[in-house]
Amino acid sequence: MTIYSIIFYFLATLILATTAMAITRRNLVHAVIYLIFSFFGSAMLFYLFGAPFLAVLEVIIYAGAIMVLFLFVVIMMRADTGDERLFAARQWLPIAVFGLIYIAIGMGIITADPNSRITLKTARAAPKVFGQFIFENHWLSIEIVSLLLLVALVGALVIGRRSRRPPIAQTTNGEL
Amino acid sequence: MGILCVVARRSLIMIVLGIEIMLNAVAILLVGSSLLWQHLEGQAIVLFVFAIAGAEVSIGLALIVWAYRQTGSMDPSDYNLLK
Repeated sequence: MTIYSIIFYFLATLILATTAMAITRRNLVHAVIYLIFSFFGSAMLFYLFGAPFLAVLEVIIYAGAIMVLFLFVVIMMRADTGDERLFAARQWLPIAVFGLIYIAIGMGIITADPNSRITLKTARAAPKVFGQFIFENHWLSIEIVSLLLLVALVGALVIGRRSRRPPIAQTTNGEL
Repeated sequence: MGILCVVARRSLIMIVLGIEIMLNAVAILLVGSSLLWQHLEGQAIVLFVFAIAGAEVSIGLALIVWAYRQTGSMDPSDYNLLK
């Protein structure tokens, strides 16, 4: 029981517990805050797995930008004051199916014992090396992803624009 | 757990939250496997997963805001206009 495995099990239980709390909260702001904790835990897990650049990137992008965007939408749309049954009885079939699959896979993962007791060699991807690797081998993917981000930006602007014209339900009053 | 969040919660925002949970789970898996095989490809994939997740979250939330303005409801069972 090395120190790395102790840290790993602590982080794993932290991530699982905060995610479970996040998906069962009635208040949406509480759920997002729990998920922020979960992302911080998984950022520490990335650092343990030898990816410090990705850990920092996760904190900045996921916990810092995406969850803040969620909070903005929740607070401005006032979605946290809706009355919502926590687990709707109408949806029991998908809940049961996916719950069973989740429990089965979880039990399979926990009890599966690799014969050779694989010990992971600790490694560390220095950001400089990581950057060189990415830009040497995957430069095309970076260009494509930047184009995708541009398209997403324009799309979000177009969708979120408050239009001058009234919505379609009002303009088709007398005509078909 | 992300898929449970998607099917069990009756609010549009929680569906997108479940998708984010699933993407984070994939990221953890990829980084762990890149440590197992001592290969940097997994971390490269995770970098692109982060970028794509950011893009789809922004589009998804913009769509939710637009749909809320159109219908005034956050319940997915109210969006059954095809029935």
